[in-house]
Parts: sequence; structure tokens; C-alpha cells
Amino acid sequence: MSNPLVSIRHLVKSYRRGNQSVPVLEDISLDIAEGEFLVLMGPSGSGKSTLLNLIAGIDTADSGSITIHDVDLSLLSDSALAAWRASHIGFVFQFYNLIPVLTAFENVELPLLLTSMSRHQRREHVETALAVVGLTDRMEHRPSELSGGQQQRVAIARAIVSDPSILVADEPTGDLDRVSAEEILNLLEQLNREFGKTIIMVTHDPRAAKRARRLLHLEKGVLVL
Amino acid sequence: MFILKLLTRNAFRHKLRALLTITGIAIAILSFGLLRTVVSAWYAGAHASSGNRLISRNAISLVFSLPVSYKDRIRQVEGVKNVSYANWFGGVYITEKNFFPSFAIEPATYLGMYPEFILSDSQTSDFIRDRKGCVAGRKLAERHGWKVGDSVTLKGTIFPGSWEFNLRGIYQGKKQTTDEGQFFFHWNYLNETLRKNTPRRADQTGIFLIEVKHANLSSQVAQAIDGLFKNSLAETLTETEKAFQLTFISMTEAIVVAIRIVSYVVIVIIMAVAANTMAMTARERFGEYAILKSMGFGWFHIAGMIFGESVLLALLGCALGIGLTFPVAAAFAAQLDQFFPVFLIERSTLWLDLFLSLLVGLVAGLFPAWRAVRIRIADGLRRIG
Repeated sequence: MSNPLVSIRHLVKSYRRGNQSVPVLEDISLDIAEGEFLVLMGPSGSGKSTLLNLIAGIDTADSGSITIHDVDLSLLSDSALAAWRASHIGFVFQFYNLIPVLTAFENVELPLLLTSMSRHQRREHVETALAVVGLTDRMEHRPSELSGGQQQRVAIARAIVSDPSILVADEPTGDLDRVSAEEILNLLEQLNREFGKTIIMVTHDPRAAKRARRLLHLEKGVLVL
Repeated sequence: MFILKLLTRNAFRHKLRALLTITGIAIAILSFGLLRTVVSAWYAGAHASSGNRLISRNAISLVFSLPVSYKDRIRQVEGVKNVSYANWFGGVYITEKNFFPSFAIEPATYLGMYPEFILSDSQTSDFIRDRKGCVAGRKLAERHGWKVGDSVTLKGTIFPGSWEFNLRGIYQGKKQTTDEGQFFFHWNYLNETLRKNTPRRADQTGIFLIEVKHANLSSQVAQAIDGLFKNSLAETLTETEKAFQLTFISMTEAIVVAIRIVSYVVIVIIMAVAANTMAMTARERFGEYAILKSMGFGWFHIAGMIFGESVLLALLGCALGIGLTFPVAAAFAAQLDQFFPVFLIERSTLWLDLFLSLLVGLVAGLFPAWRAVRIRIADGLRRIG
């Protein structure tokens, strides 16, 4: 793969449980190209969410390197990493994780508060993002007034509103019924195909895995090809 | 604007919890305000005293009197502008329950030295002319339903017997802090009666009041007066009016200190309650803080949200507490005006209310903010679901 977007080399991660060190990822090396739709699968505890967190810059490795857009994440300070995440990564979680006291519009607007955009510009971006996920008519509703599928679509709008190059999705259909799950997968596929977003998704769902352009399996912290 | 909206909505996410916390803070601020006002009322006499006035009393004790003849010698001391004298009478009206400060005074000089007691010219001259005349403060007259021209009889406790007076005037205080609960009558009336009944107690006075030409001369004049009567049978102790008043307060200082301590203990208790509320709130939202961090929000955003919410609740409680302090203090003053003739909420108390509320808000947010800032995103996300 020439000039990959994400380049992972000899990544090692372990957690401490009491006095014991529990290895989670062992010597992972991986390249991800720009515009890929990569799915990570594996049993519980295999380290797939940990790998996703490391790529997204919300956790740090014990050793090895992750380079994204020619930036070595291990060299960034906490505040620089936070700023980098804000502009490069969009997150989609299993439980949507919307702020319950904010409307759909306000939830989507949240990441833009960290930018220098005017209120008018923010409004335009939020309306565009909500239009992409098909929720223009529900923008003043609070999460409790939306179905699970609609909440996940708001979460996706929030993830794409600042136009990041990479979307990381951790079990995005894990809490949804079959129809809603299909809608979400269609949406992610559309974002990958039409908007060129690089998507890295962790899932247990074989139907979700079918949408992937590349499928990787993790077992006991090791990539199984 | 967005942040303010988020803070307000977060603060009232659990309405009952927020209302109980606000009510708790309001009650603490109300209690603190009232206790501070009680302490202020204790010091009202000292605060109302003038820097231009000195008081001379018997150096042994206030219980012992001084010869009234000292007046002319004091008058001649360099720096003295005016001299008057007064006796604590200690009378009660009808029953012992109706006790109030009553003084036998030399009317013309005494009233001249107390411009804060406002009495019309006609009432002043009526009072001076009538040797059985008396004047009472507005609050005292209202309490007993007295009107000018009424006959008032006091029962003497220090000077036994029934003492009849004609109410010739009702004075008003120049400021809100002026005591309007006092009663004054002619020293001559007291002295003439004593000459008849107990001649050895006649021609004596409890204190001399000395008006100095300038406050800067107070110390020099006080020394000169005390020097004048040194080695006499009745030596004097001269001090400023404020120091004289503080002597009385020092006798009850332990009570004042206890009230002060209790007022701050109330604040410490509510601080713990507010901190508990914020700790619960933050613990429930660790997942949300992790989400915000994952989006790029920094530690100062997270800490700002927690402190902002905590301070908002504290300030709302403060506003409610201050709002309640005024009517409650008014009711308190009406019930206890016999003991606290001046019961006013000082501006400094309101500023202290505000400062302490801010402190409660900041301290309550400290530990939850520290924990929320330190939590790793991955750990925070694991708490969701």
C-alpha cells in the first residue's frame, strides 16, 4: 500500500489489573488507506476496541507507533492530541452518547464550538450534517424524543459535522433493531462511497461486516489474516 | 451563550436534587445573614458612636459616681468644646418586662452633643422648660403607644420609687443606625428628689460626656482630664465613646464569638452538602465528559462546566437566601426591638453572603472537577451502557 493514511507499527498495549499486567495487543502492524471501509471483528476481549481507541487517539500505546496524516500520535501532548482529534476523527459509539439535555441540533453543533466558526456558519454546517443523515425535521427534538436509530443518526451527524477524514465506529449497530441497523450501515456506506470518509468499524455483527471493503480479525491481541 | 444554556440545563437535569440544593444553600445564607446581623446589632452602639465624643467615668468602676462639680473643671481643659453629664436610671415601665435604657441628662448640653437625635425646636424647648419633662425615641414611643403630652410613670430600680414624667418630645434617628429606643429626662429632677430622700447620693453623676474640638485631640484631652483628677477621692477614667461602648460588649464577647462561629459552621455544613451533590452529579456524567473529551474538549472545558454548574446553583441559593433575609430580619427586628433597637442588614453582610456562596460553589466543584479531568477517555466510555 503506497502512502497509507494510517500506519501502525509494532503496537503493544497492556492493562494493569492489580499487580498483574494483562496484554491486550501484541505487536500489531497495519496500514489503512484513505477512503477504506475497514471492519475489525473478533471475540470479546480480543483487543479490537482498544485498537480502535488507539487509532482514534483516545488511549496511548505502551510501545510502537501510530502515524496518521504523517503525524506520529505518540509525539503529541494531551492538548495537541485533543485538537488533532477535533479536526481529524469522528466518533460513533454503540450507545449513541448524545447529551440528553441538548436538542439534536445542539448535539451536532457541539464539536463546532471548538472551531472559530461564526454562529451562522455553525448553523449551516449542522443543517447540512442533519440533512445527510435525513433528520432535518427532527433537529429540535431531544434524544429522549427520538428512536434508537434516529439517535444513532444524530450521533453520525455529530461525527461528520466538522468534516473529519476518519470515522471510527464502535459497534454502531449493537443497540439497534434490524431495520435501524440496516439504515445506519447504509448511511456509513454512503459516507464512505460518496463523501470519501475512511471508516474503521468494530462489530460483532456479520451483516455489518459484509459492508466492509476489508475485514480483519483480532484474536487475543493478534491480527489473524 | 451555548455554554450558559448547557450549564442551566445541566443544573436542572435532576430538578428535585437541584431545588433541594438551592433551598439548602438559601437557608444557610439566610441563617448566616441573620446571625451576622445579630452580631452587628450587638455592636450597633459602638458603631453609632462619634469620634468627637469622650466619656469620663469613675476610674474604680462605673458603679461609682463622680461629683457633678467636675463639669466646670473639665470644661476648662484645652480642646474641650462642650461638657454634659448623665446618669443611668434603669427604670421599668409598669412591669419589669418593659425595660429600656433610661437616662437622667442635662438636656440642653446633652441634646446639643447628639445631633443624631432629631427633635423639633418646639419639643426641645418644651422638654427643657419642664423639669418633669422627658423625651423618648420613636420606636420606644410606638412600642408603648405614647404620644406627646402623655404622662409616663417609671419604676426606679437603682433609684427606688415611682417617677412621673411628662412626655414632651419624641425623637427620630438621623440615620437608620441611630438607636430610637432610649428615654431621657432631667438630671435636676433626679437630683432634687435625691437631695430630699438620700442626700448622700445627690450632686453625683454616672458619666461626663465631653465633646472635643477635633477627633485628633481625643487622646490628649482624655489624658488631661484624668491628670486633673489624679490622686483625688474620685479619679476619672476617660475614653472615647466607642471604647466605652466596647467595654460593655467585651463582657458578652463569648456569646458574640459563639454566634460568629456558628454562622461559619452553617456555611461549612452547606459546603459539604453542595460538594456531595456535585460529586453525585459528576459521577453520573463521567461518560458524557469522556465523550466531550473525545471530541477535543479540553480539561478546562470539563472543569468549567462542573464549576459553572456548581457556582450557578450556589448563586441561585444565595439570591434566594438574600431575598429571604430581608423579610425574616424585619420580622426578627419587630419581635426583638427591645433587645436590638438597631437591627439592620449591613451591606458588608450581603457582600459576604455573595463571597461565601461563590466559595461554596467553587469548593463543591473542586473534587468532582479534579476527578472528571483526570478520568481517561477509554475508562469514561466504559461506564456507558
